[in-house]
Amino acid sequence: MSDQVTCREAIAQAIADELEADPDVIFFGEDVAAAGGVFKSTVGLFERFGGERVRDTPISEQAIVGTAIGAAIMGLRPIAELMFADFAGVAFDQIANQLAKYRYLTGGQAGLPVTVRLANGAGAGFAAQHSQAAENWFLNVPGLKIAVPGTVEDCYGLLRAAVRDDNPVLVFEHKNLLGLKGEIPSTSYRLGEAAVVRPGRDVTVVASQQMRHRALEAAEQLAGEGISLEVIDPRTLVPFDDETVAASLARTARLLVVQEGPPGGGWGASLIARMTQSHFESFDVPPRLLASAETPVPYAGCLEDAWLPGPDDVVAVARELVAY
Amino acid sequence: MSGKTIDKGAVGAGASATGADVPSDWQNLLASMRRIRCFEDLVKGLFGSGLVRGSTHLCQGQEAVSVGVCSLLTPGDALTCTYRGHGAVLAAGAAVDASFAEILGREGGLCGGKGGSMHLADLDKGIIGSNAIVGAQLPISVGAGLAAQHKKAGKLSLAFTGDGSTNIGAFHESLNMAAVWRLPVVVVIENNHYGEYSPLAATTAIARLSDRAAAYGIPGVFVDGNDLLAVREAAAEAFARARSGGGPTLIEADTYRHEGHSRSDPGKYRPAGELEEWLAKDPIPRFEEVVRAAGAATEAELAALRSEVETEVKEALERAKSWPEPAAERLYEDVYR
Repeated sequence: MSDQVTCREAIAQAIADELEADPDVIFFGEDVAAAGGVFKSTVGLFERFGGERVRDTPISEQAIVGTAIGAAIMGLRPIAELMFADFAGVAFDQIANQLAKYRYLTGGQAGLPVTVRLANGAGAGFAAQHSQAAENWFLNVPGLKIAVPGTVEDCYGLLRAAVRDDNPVLVFEHKNLLGLKGEIPSTSYRLGEAAVVRPGRDVTVVASQQMRHRALEAAEQLAGEGISLEVIDPRTLVPFDDETVAASLARTARLLVVQEGPPGGGWGASLIARMTQSHFESFDVPPRLLASAETPVPYAGCLEDAWLPGPDDVVAVARELVAY
Repeated sequence: MSGKTIDKGAVGAGASATGADVPSDWQNLLASMRRIRCFEDLVKGLFGSGLVRGSTHLCQGQEAVSVGVCSLLTPGDALTCTYRGHGAVLAAGAAVDASFAEILGREGGLCGGKGGSMHLADLDKGIIGSNAIVGAQLPISVGAGLAAQHKKAGKLSLAFTGDGSTNIGAFHESLNMAAVWRLPVVVVIENNHYGEYSPLAATTAIARLSDRAAAYGIPGVFVDGNDLLAVREAAAEAFARARSGGGPTLIEADTYRHEGHSRSDPGKYRPAGELEEWLAKDPIPRFEEVVRAAGAATEAELAALRSEVETEVKEALERAKSWPEPAAERLYEDVYR
């Protein structure tokens, strides 16, 4: 077990390995260089690669994303960090109108190998402007890929795959998982491949990041009752690996999607819509979306706990599906 | 680096700040301005005939800014501009027929008909693109400047931007970041005195936009944007600074658009006599006067140059019109690589 590292160490390692492998990779963001990142996910990069390739930026989210776009158009392979994912709101135009659309608007004259890293999610008491799972904001903007790693292996593998991709990729790293331990994977990743992280026969549970781990807790609990959950982590939301979910659903006939964040306009609802449209015959019972409350993320610990779907919520809904 | 605006001469004062000399490439410069003027006049007609979808933003009157600055671009440099960008894109060397075709939504357009009038781009010529969001091209130009700095080949990133964009956040973020990283970026404000329909004084508390350079610790230069040679001289200094590692420059080029903001705007908010005043300072006749004064060409030769360019542009339009619309499957292409 000596090779165990945390997610934050895996992220730094992935960036370092890309900087090492390709002189056109550059990395910048607020406090990422000298300070090693506010989440300590980029420690040591500045010292190793120097200030030309690892740069601290002003607090200027529009300029950070735009700079990544312009640098990519001119042949670099930039990695930009927006610190808290919520700050994507400040740079919405550069992400939704510029980054996502550049290739289409120019008739395919260029790829846009931009990676934007964002710290995602609730559970750590940061309140409503520093806790959102912001990936759903960007589902309705064709042109972006979206990665949502939930393990050390996926943090490393998906980040490297994002940097290698010739398209813009938003990589959401969950704040509550940064201390999680695991190993650096030895094989390379492709964007768009879900993982069946626990096989089961009764209910297909699709969950990412923090919710993946809560779904696994629920699966463990229900196993004692003879209810078997199959837990699937989509790993990327765009592209989404519908086939893996559909194949599981064909066996379990029950679908539960667990999503951090309010239910409206999210990947969970979209997945359920696609599955009911294309695989209606697979369902024995209506699909369920278990999501956060339809409110901003509250600060007080008891309220934030209530806001996030927990293992007990997953257990309760899974039982309902089996008993339907 | 005083940050104080350097004034390159009062607007409309005489033929040219640089005196009687004309540069050896005067024919290219004049032809380029004539090309843009003719192009825009024809686009106006196309719009009237219902051949241009959505909107279009014309730049007649601003040609000396586009041509004066873009005449200094070299291969490997990058250019962004505003949605009033036909002039800059043509001045940077985009093909006339493919530019028309893009505005007409044809397969053979610069962007395959995916972008239209506000989204002209030609990466092979360093034209990263015009942008339909006010000021949004500026952060992108900072990135092109970062790439140029990274590659250490003496290339630069040029951005045209409007007077209205100086009040949007992206302007501030971009100028500051370019300055703090000392990037080879040149930002040229095309001050045509109106942000869409609003006169500058109604939206901006200072009159001299190049004074904003002081806030970033970079040189700010004010120039008569209707004087082609003065524009070129100011740009040459900024380009040399950028290419030699001296960092960004902010240039304000004072000019005027002869047409309204967009297709639906007759420009009635402009005070009586203002347009006439600026028509008298039209950059094309002014440059022709410089050429004549230097004895570089006769009236007949200038007329012949004009006629030749106009024929070329009209023929390009006819070609573009003959090209097909995009095939249906193109809808789904170019979202991802």
